Amino acid sequence: MIMKRPIQNALRKAGTLLTVYYAYMLEYRAELLLWVLSGSLPFILMGVWGQAAQGGRFGLSSLDFIRYFLAAFLARQFTVVWVIWEFEREIVEGKLSFRLLQPLDPGWHHFASHVAERFARLPFAIALIALFFLLFPQAVWLPSLSSILLCILVVMLAFVLRFVTQYTFAMFAFWVERANAIESFWFLFYLFLSGLIAPVQIFPPALQKIVMWTPFPYMIDFPASILVGLPVNVGQGLGIMVGWIILFFGLNRYLWRRGLKRYSGMGA
Amino acid sequence: MPIINVENLSKVYPVAVKEPGLKGTLTHFFKRTYTAIAAVKSVSFAIEPGEVVGFLGANGAGKTTTLKMLTGLIHPSAGQLDVAGYNPFRRETGFLRKITLVMGQKQQLIWDLPALDSLRINAAVYGISDQVFRQRVSELSEMLTLSDKLTQPVRKLSLGERMKAELLAALLHQPQVLFLDEPTLGLDVNAQVSVREFLKDYNERYGATVLLTSHYMADITALCQRVLVIYEGQMIYDGSLDGLLETFAPCRAVTVELAEVKTTAALQTYGDLSEVSGRVAHFIVPQEKLTHTLSRILAELDVVDLTVAEPPIEEIIGQIFRSGAVG
Repeated sequence: MIMKRPIQNALRKAGTLLTVYYAYMLEYRAELLLWVLSGSLPFILMGVWGQAAQGGRFGLSSLDFIRYFLAAFLARQFTVVWVIWEFEREIVEGKLSFRLLQPLDPGWHHFASHVAERFARLPFAIALIALFFLLFPQAVWLPSLSSILLCILVVMLAFVLRFVTQYTFAMFAFWVERANAIESFWFLFYLFLSGLIAPVQIFPPALQKIVMWTPFPYMIDFPASILVGLPVNVGQGLGIMVGWIILFFGLNRYLWRRGLKRYSGMGA
Repeated sequence: MPIINVENLSKVYPVAVKEPGLKGTLTHFFKRTYTAIAAVKSVSFAIEPGEVVGFLGANGAGKTTTLKMLTGLIHPSAGQLDVAGYNPFRRETGFLRKITLVMGQKQQLIWDLPALDSLRINAAVYGISDQVFRQRVSELSEMLTLSDKLTQPVRKLSLGERMKAELLAALLHQPQVLFLDEPTLGLDVNAQVSVREFLKDYNERYGATVLLTSHYMADITALCQRVLVIYEGQMIYDGSLDGLLETFAPCRAVTVELAEVKTTAALQTYGDLSEVSGRVAHFIVPQEKLTHTLSRILAELDVVDLTVAEPPIEEIIGQIFRSGAVG
């Protein structure tokens, strides 16, 4: 009656969670398009930097900037994370209780819904890129297969890193009423140091050195640079990403165990 | 051997205290003070497999807190707890497979999708094979008369249908121990009856143990042979429902119709006032004081009509909740 094979069982759980949450995300067709568009800050910055680069002071051409911000847009699309708001709501409304009653760590529900949302968002993001290339054919470039594959791997890791950091901050919801304040503060650093506003390559060299040890540039700049073909240290980058993931994951599990002892299942 | 065993269970919550007004707000911001609220105080009881036990108490008496500790959702402050051979707070897979919790005011089903999608998630999470899943869904949805509703989005279901779908989701893994917190809350009389009948049927068919809280006495009288009464965090009664009523039997409901309207304060001097509507006042009077009270009422008030009757069960329970004492 109960399935004995653990791998098959885990695959079935993953498959069911993904298909159901995919169906859930598709319920929000109109919202999906808006969510994709709300991530179009790189298109605005593309124009700004494209103009600024015409002076030739940054070591990157206008075309480099345009391609960089296109890649940044893509990287951002697949690393958007909102788990802290969801988790906070579950704590405040006591909905975490239902998740705790099931023999599956509640984190998997959030992870699966984020992954499913990526698939729901993909067609919109591709359509937007295609439209852009139609309007600016001179920006078209074809990355090598190896950099595409590497970029996919790095984007997946970047998503995991962004998810695990935000989910760790979410754990503070056990102690404070609004844990998302931590995320808002963190987001300030993310905005400037991830490469969303400007490529890390044009930062002053001293700042660049420090920034490369933080988790931020690996969420946008690193995958975008790989796709565009800007020089990056792949080995060091992957190592630092994995290091931060392990660190935050450990912290997350520690806070989870401590937090559960404080959980009062409010209103439920 | 009991399936639920609770010894000296306690739960203390820290609650932040804030004085009203701006001064209080500022003090609250800079220096937060907490007081410890004891929600459950040294509660002990044991429940045998297959029993259906009603858990009674006023709002805030500690029922839900006790249920949360029994299901492993919150960490007890003190005491011993054993449910189906497990320590609930460890939330081991074996334990979670054996229990379920239904909360009348909460829902686990995904609002925008058909219930069947949520059920599929539950089946995968509990490792129920497709074949068993189909068989259980058809069996349970037949018992609940729900079969054609499972493919509609949950938000389109009526409250009663949604509650039934919640029950189905909570029972899909065929738990042995059911914790039900107000399972009929807000349902109309028909829906209440069908949920009640389903629970009775489920208990008989699978020999499941049930601990249920409800504000509807009909739920308790229809389902439970035994009741636990909790008052301000303390267990004040554990025994048969009949026993509870017998302990309180030396009480009568006295209804008096007066010639003129009297203030509540004036009426309270005659005994435990349960309700006043216009010129009609309802009292709950202990048997031994009945003659004395009646003669006082007749002597001092201008009485148009007076009846003495067995009090309704709600009144008895209500009086226990108010006084915190049995008998």
